[in-house]
Amino acid sequence: MAKPADPIIELRGIAKQFGGVQALRGVDIRLFPGEVQALVGENGAGKSTLVKILAGIHKPDAGVMKMGGELVELRSPTQAQALGIAVVYQEPMLFPDLNIAENIFMGRHPRDRFGRVNWKRMYREVDQLLESLDVALSSRTPVQGLSVAEQQMVEIAKALSLQARVLVLDEPTAALSSHEVEELFAIVKQLRERGVAILFVSHRLEEVFRIADRVTVFRDGTHIITAPISEINTEEMIKHMVGRELSRLFPKGEAEIGEVALEVRHLTRAGVFADVNFQLRRGEILGFAGLVGAGRTEVARVLFGIDRAEGGEIWLKGKKVRIRSPQEAMDYGIAYVPEDRHLQGLVMNFSIATNITLPILQKVSRLGLVDPRKEQKIAAEHSRQLSIRSTGVEQLVNALSGGNQQKVVLSKWLATNPSVLILDEPTRGIDVGAKAEVHRIISDLAARGLAIILISSELPEVLAMADQVLVLHEGRVTGAFARSEATQERVMFAATGQDR
Amino acid sequence: MKMTTTSHEVESAKQRNHMGLARLPGLVSRVRELGLLAVLFFIILVVSVQAPRFLSIDNFVQILLSVAIIAIVAVGETLVVLTRNVDLSVGSMVGITAFVTAYFFQQIPNTNILVGILLGCVLGLALGSINGLIVSLGRVPAIVATLGTLYVYRGLLFVIGSNTTTQVNASDVPPGYLALATTQILGIPALILIAAVIAIIAAYFLHASKSGRQLYAVGSNPAAADMIGIRRNRLVFAAFAASGLLAGLAGVLWGARFATVGATAATGLELQVIAAVVVGGVNIFGGSGTILGAVLGAIVLGTLQNALNILNISQFWLQASYGAAIIGAVVLDAIITRWVQRTILARRKKV
Repeated sequence: MAKPADPIIELRGIAKQFGGVQALRGVDIRLFPGEVQALVGENGAGKSTLVKILAGIHKPDAGVMKMGGELVELRSPTQAQALGIAVVYQEPMLFPDLNIAENIFMGRHPRDRFGRVNWKRMYREVDQLLESLDVALSSRTPVQGLSVAEQQMVEIAKALSLQARVLVLDEPTAALSSHEVEELFAIVKQLRERGVAILFVSHRLEEVFRIADRVTVFRDGTHIITAPISEINTEEMIKHMVGRELSRLFPKGEAEIGEVALEVRHLTRAGVFADVNFQLRRGEILGFAGLVGAGRTEVARVLFGIDRAEGGEIWLKGKKVRIRSPQEAMDYGIAYVPEDRHLQGLVMNFSIATNITLPILQKVSRLGLVDPRKEQKIAAEHSRQLSIRSTGVEQLVNALSGGNQQKVVLSKWLATNPSVLILDEPTRGIDVGAKAEVHRIISDLAARGLAIILISSELPEVLAMADQVLVLHEGRVTGAFARSEATQERVMFAATGQDR
Repeated sequence: MKMTTTSHEVESAKQRNHMGLARLPGLVSRVRELGLLAVLFFIILVVSVQAPRFLSIDNFVQILLSVAIIAIVAVGETLVVLTRNVDLSVGSMVGITAFVTAYFFQQIPNTNILVGILLGCVLGLALGSINGLIVSLGRVPAIVATLGTLYVYRGLLFVIGSNTTTQVNASDVPPGYLALATTQILGIPALILIAAVIAIIAAYFLHASKSGRQLYAVGSNPAAADMIGIRRNRLVFAAFAASGLLAGLAGVLWGARFATVGATAATGLELQVIAAVVVGGVNIFGGSGTILGAVLGAIVLGTLQNALNILNISQFWLQASYGAAIIGAVVLDAIITRWVQRTILARRKKV
């Protein structure tokens, strides 16, 4: 491939830290005119952080960025746009009440000599633009009611009208039908011919092989490799993606495996996941692996009665059950610790005690009123069990560290005395030391005879903790492994939807 | 790979699609106003059968006169609501400017009328700017901020009133001031003309100016507005300031029209104004709506009120039908929005 001498944009040694987490550790990336470069990596590899740096949303802590050989600094999204960098997100950022033309020209309407908005010219230009992209939409169509694919087209048209030289597509195909993907690819190819440099961030390796000229792999915030697509195959790509180290891992200890606590047969929720099967025994940890959006959380939500399944059966302790609400799930002895502690798990400005006893208010109440002494007693007990570090159970949870907050969430659900515990990304966003402690707690809980489902995007965590691993890819089970069979490569292969 | 194989048929099918889709949304965006007009004619039809005297030029002039001041305030309120905010303090701002202007004329009866008008407008602008600062810089939700200033401004008016005079009467002010409300130009009362001119200017501003379009953007998706560098705070501030300015002008006219102004002047006006805006199809969550709609909303409610009066319906029913009209408008709004989305989707699937 004859490569033009100079890259349009060049990033060197870009680093970014969020709290205690190093999201990017000095990555280099270069984009040439007329190339589609794919960026792949596991969840948390740093792809999104890089996209946001290119969009001008995040400022890197270190590193330099050059455009056309000149040093630039991106201080805001508008500045990134002015420099010719356009980003199309998975969920486009548009104005639903306004039509396509205004969405493209908002903030820079064409104007006549009196400074008035020149609607005619705007409609004409946008219609031409849409036509040049082979998009069958009128400039006057309101954005409200457009499909995600069409909204992405609007974003791409906007990028073109901004004369963007760099186009970043962040997981653009995640919400598209296969037909829409084809249309998107036709446009991407068209843009490549026009000399635009395209960074294509995707989980779907088969698409990467179809559209990309080169591929870059990130792992753990570091740049692993950039190679022409012709010189790399799926196996190699996956090898580069996996192999993350998780320091101070606490592997699951011995636990007595008991009778079947939960069995799921052919569980299906249309358009979300289909035909999920597994058996989970007491004392066992079942790991759900897969990439973001694979449908893992969605299965958990059905098990906890938040969403309904359309097909399939759920069996608890040998009895077929229907779970229609979280209350029923709790009555059946299921507890679900959601991923986002702040949004779903905790009331931040309540005390530890209030949070822990929230699901068991009847138990701590007398005559319909909460008995503070009972509340304190139960909370203190749980707090001690998980060794929550605090000044006391009256401390507000927003004053606790991430790890300790996670323990409060765990305590809260353990207070319901569950037999099945579902943990959704229990260690996300907490520091390494606290992670190990959470792992120890999970292991202890299994030893106590709980049946545990562990949803985690960190492969080493799943592999270290789980007795069996279920891998989902786009709503389907693409792999089921016993502990002894599960390797990073195997799981990643299944998670990216590769057949082996 | 370029799409060179596109056949003629596909092209022309696309063309048809372009045309169909182009016309539909344009029509729909006017449907709400058309719906309001239909409601208006329906009221007129029903009431004129029951009470023929309803159907006189004089009565319509009376209706428009009663609506004019509300319409001016509703124009300002529309600007605020478009940005996904609300201004609850407009009644108090009208009251305070009406009183201060009337008191000014009582004290200095020989000044130029324009000075008094300017005074009222500047006072309104200042009060509106305070609202704008609290909401944009102070990051206080508009509903809380302006609920607060509703009471603060009204309280201020009581303080002023208790230190000066409890009430300014028609006999205390120069006739030139009162003439603002009674003068006719080409047989049309000046009050109605002023309201019409303001509505036209505001509508034109919203349609044809960059800032006007950005007001819609801010209300439609604030995060997206930030992403493209729209100065959201400035626009929100400006909308509140404009709302204050128009409330100030409305206050000046209020004093001229009612001649007798006390500390309770224009109490509760904000609810009538917001009712007009909502009935007029301005989305209370921002991003969509027109000045024409808001003004029509004010006229529909004014006509309704007049009709109920002529039909000798008790005050209680008046209130209830007011409420029903508001709920009806919002429900209609939701139905239309859903219909638009479904129609557009259905059309697209056919192609």
